[in-house]
Amino acid sequence: MRSSAPPSVVPPEAPRKPRRHLSVAGLAGAVVVGFWILMALIGPWLAPDDIGSMNGDAVFAPISAHYPLGADFLGRDMLSRILQGAPYTVGVALAAVLVASVGGTALALFAAARGGWFDNVVSRIVDVQLSIPTKLLALIMVAAFGSAVPVLILTVGIGYMPGAFRIARSLAVNVQAMEYVQAARARGEGLGYITFHEMLPNMLRPVLADFGLRFLFIVLLLSGLSFLGLGVQPPAADWGSLVRENIIGLSEGAPAVIVPAIAIATLTIAVNMMIDGFAGRKRRGGE
Amino acid sequence: MNEIVKVSGLRVTARNDLDEEVNIVHDAHFSINKGEVLALIGESGSGKSTIALALMGYARAGCRLAGGTVSVAGHSMLVLGERELAGLRGRKVAYIAQSAAASFNPSKRLMDQVIESALIHQVMPRAAAEAKAVQLFRELALPDPEHIGQRYPHQVSGGQLQRLMAAMALITDPDLVILDEPTTALDVTTQIEVLRAFKKVVQERGSTAVYVSHDLAVVAQMADRIVVLRDGQIRENGLTEQILSAPAHPYTRSLLAAIAPKTRPAGDQSKVAQARPLLEVRGLGAVYGSGKGGAPVKRVLEDIDLVIPRGATIGVIGESGCGKTTLARTIAGMVAPSAGQLLLDGEPLAPTLEGRTRDQFRRIQFVFQNADTALNPRHSIERILGRPLEFYHGMQGSARRKRVLELLDLVKLPATVAERQPGELSGGQKQRINLARALAAQPDLILCDEVTSALDTVVGAAILELMAELRKELNVSYMFISHDINTVRAICDEIVVLYAGRKVEARKREALSLPPFHPYSHLLISSVPALRRGWLEEVEGRTPSALPALEATGEARGLCPFIDRCALRVDGVCNRQPPPRQLLENGGSILCHHTDLELRNLQSPLRLVEGEVA
Repeated sequence: MRSSAPPSVVPPEAPRKPRRHLSVAGLAGAVVVGFWILMALIGPWLAPDDIGSMNGDAVFAPISAHYPLGADFLGRDMLSRILQGAPYTVGVALAAVLVASVGGTALALFAAARGGWFDNVVSRIVDVQLSIPTKLLALIMVAAFGSAVPVLILTVGIGYMPGAFRIARSLAVNVQAMEYVQAARARGEGLGYITFHEMLPNMLRPVLADFGLRFLFIVLLLSGLSFLGLGVQPPAADWGSLVRENIIGLSEGAPAVIVPAIAIATLTIAVNMMIDGFAGRKRRGGE
Repeated sequence: MNEIVKVSGLRVTARNDLDEEVNIVHDAHFSINKGEVLALIGESGSGKSTIALALMGYARAGCRLAGGTVSVAGHSMLVLGERELAGLRGRKVAYIAQSAAASFNPSKRLMDQVIESALIHQVMPRAAAEAKAVQLFRELALPDPEHIGQRYPHQVSGGQLQRLMAAMALITDPDLVILDEPTTALDVTTQIEVLRAFKKVVQERGSTAVYVSHDLAVVAQMADRIVVLRDGQIRENGLTEQILSAPAHPYTRSLLAAIAPKTRPAGDQSKVAQARPLLEVRGLGAVYGSGKGGAPVKRVLEDIDLVIPRGATIGVIGESGCGKTTLARTIAGMVAPSAGQLLLDGEPLAPTLEGRTRDQFRRIQFVFQNADTALNPRHSIERILGRPLEFYHGMQGSARRKRVLELLDLVKLPATVAERQPGELSGGQKQRINLARALAAQPDLILCDEVTSALDTVVGAAILELMAELRKELNVSYMFISHDINTVRAICDEIVVLYAGRKVEARKREALSLPPFHPYSHLLISSVPALRRGWLEEVEGRTPSALPALEATGEARGLCPFIDRCALRVDGVCNRQPPPRQLLENGGSILCHHTDLELRNLQSPLRLVEGEVA
C-alpha cells in the first residue's frame, strides 16, 4: 500500500530562499538604531563640550569647525547637546514604549484568551483610561511624583498602554477564532502556551508596526512634557526640548532647530524601517 | 460553422514566488458552437478558471495573457483595449461567480443589481429591463418572481442568490455565459434546484455557456462537451457521453475512479461487538445564546444519542447548519452541552475542556475541516507534529524527531516536509499533516470535520484511502462528519443523518441504498448527482411538484423538524404530534410517523440507482 501513494501529492522540491534575512531598508534602519543606542550609552562621554559651556557670541552660530552642528540659543555646542540628550530620548522613549507595548500586548492576549469577566474588567478599565488625555495624565503624575526618569518612563508607558491594548486585543480576538488556536484548546493546552506560542507569533507583525508608531508618539509626548518644564529638567535636555528651546532660531535659519529634529526623524524612521524589515519578511504563500 | 468561441494557442503566465514567469495555461485550443454548453473540468490549480476568465479578456492580478487568440462572437478578446472589453463584458460575455453571496452588494436591492448591466450598456430602458428580470426570475423558478427583486441579498437563501446571479448574467442575452463553479458552495439539495433552473434557462434560451467545475457528475448533467484540464494543459476534449463512458486519457480515468470511491470492508464486526463502546452520547443537547436578558436561544442540537464502538467509523451527514460540527465540538469539549451526557469507555466525560484530564484530551482528537487555518502558519511542520508528542507523551529531542518522521511516513509525506511551514504545502499535504497531528496523540477516537470537502476529488479520495488504512493499522475509531453522502458511504460502518439538530435517521452501511429512508435522507441521497447524462431529468420526474397541504403548524415542541420540506407529510399527524423514533428491520432507526412498511412502499418505486459509474 505504501508504494501506491499518489505521486502528485508531493511537488518537486523548489529552490528555497533563505528564511531569515532583513531587507536592505530594514538593515539600514537597524544600523541607524544601533548607532543611536550606542550614542545613548557612550554619547555623553564623547561630547566635546560640557553641558554648561555657554558662549554669548555664538548664539545660533552656523555650522563651523568649532561648532560642527551649530550652536543653540545660549551659544552651546549642538553636537554636545544632542549627544547628551541621546540617553533621554532613546533611553526614556524606548523604555516607555516597551512598557506600553509589551504590557498592553500581554494584557490583551490574556484578556482575549481568558474572556469572561477578566476581559470585561480589563477592557472597561482601559476604556476609562483612554478617556483621560495622555498629557493631562502625565501632568498629574509628574505633579504628584516629580519628574525623575523612572517616573517619566512609567507615566508615559502607562499613558500609551491603552492604545496598545486595544489594537492587540482586537488582533488577538481575530487570531483566537482561528482553528489552530481552537485545535490547541481541544488538545488541552494551557493559557500560557496558547497565548505565547500559538497566538502571539501570528499577531506580531501589526503589533510591531504599532510599536514603531507608538515610539514616535512617545518621543513627541516627552518633548512636549519637556517644553512644559515637566519632562527632563534643564540644563539637561532631550531632543524634543532641544527643538522647542531653539524654535526662535527658525527665523534666522539656525541649524540648532533643524539638527535635533533630524536626529528625532532619523531615529523614528529607522525604528519603523527596522520593524517593517522584521515584520515584512514575506512568507512564501500558496502552493 | 457557427462558432461563438474559438480559442487557439492560448497561453497565460503568472509570476511565482521567485519572480519567474511560469505558464499556468499552455497552448489551449477549443471552440464552442452556438447553443452548446462546454464544461471545463479539472482540480484546483488546473487553470480552468484562468481559461474562463481569459474568455472575457481578463487575467487575475499577477497573471498575464501571454499568447494565442481568443475570439468570442467575432471579437478578438486579447487585442482589445480595456474600454472595448468593458463594453463587451456583461453584454456579450457574462460571468456567474462561485460565491454569489460575495458577489452581490449587500446594500443594494437585488433588482437594481440584476438589471445593472442592461442599464450600463443601454441595451434597454429600465422598465423593459425590470420586466425581463421578472420573466427570468420566473424561468429560474424563484419564489415570488414579482417581488423578489425588492429584497436585499441577505433576505434570500444561498441557492436563490445563485439563481439571481444567473438572471443578472442573462439579462442582456449575452452570446456567452461563463459559470464558474456556480453550485460548489451549495448543499446537494439546493444544488439540484439550482442546476435544474440553470439547465432550463440554458435550454430554453439556447444560450452558449462555459461551465467550470471540478465535479464531473454535475458537469454530466449540464454540458454537451467536456474539456479535461490538468496543470494548465488540455488533456482531453470530447463529447460528454464519450468522456463518461470511454475516457481516453489516463487522467480522466483517474478522475472518474475518484468520484466513486471504493467501498471498504467494515471494521471487524466481532471485535466491535464484544468490546464496551468507546464513546456513548446520551440525550445530548446544545444551544447558542444564553437566554438571559432577552437573548434568543438557538437550539443547535436536541436529544442526540450515539454509540461509537472501538475501531468503528460513524458517519454524520446533513446539510450546512444542521448541527453536525457542533456535535463534534461538543464531544471534543469545545462547546458545553445544555443537556445530556458523554461517556468515554463508560466513564463520564466533563462537559467542558476545563474538567477533562490530559489523558481524556489525548484519547479524543479533533481534525478540523480546513487545514489552511487549522495549522499555525508560523510553526514548522516538525513543531506542529512535535507538540502533541511532547504534550501527551513527554517526548523530547531525538526521540521526538524520530517519531515526527514516522508520522510523516504514516501519512505518506517525505521527511523533508518537516522543516517547512504550512504555507509551503499543498492543500492535500496540509490535510495529511492535520491528520498526522491527531495521530501523534495516539487517540482512540478521531473526530473528522469535513476533512475532504475542501480538497479536490482525487486528493480527497487519497485521504479517505489513507484514513481507512490507518484505521486497520491503529484500530482507531472515527466520527466522520460530511455533507457528502458518497464520502460517508465509502468509509463508514454506520451513518447518522442530522436535520435541524435532530437525529432523524441512523442506519448501517449495508442498508444504505435500500428503502426505507427517512424522507429527508431520501431527499438527500436522491439529490446527489449521478455520473451519467439525463439524471437531472429523471430526478425531476420523481420529485413531486407540490408538497401535501398542511394546516397551520401547531406550536407544540418536538414536532418533526423536516415538516416544512417533507413530501410525505400527513396533515393532522405531522403537525400535531412529535414523531416517534422507530427501530427498523435493517437495524437502523428513524424519527418519523410513517412505519417501516409504509416508507418502503412509498419509496420503492423510486429505487435509487446512484453509485454506479455510467
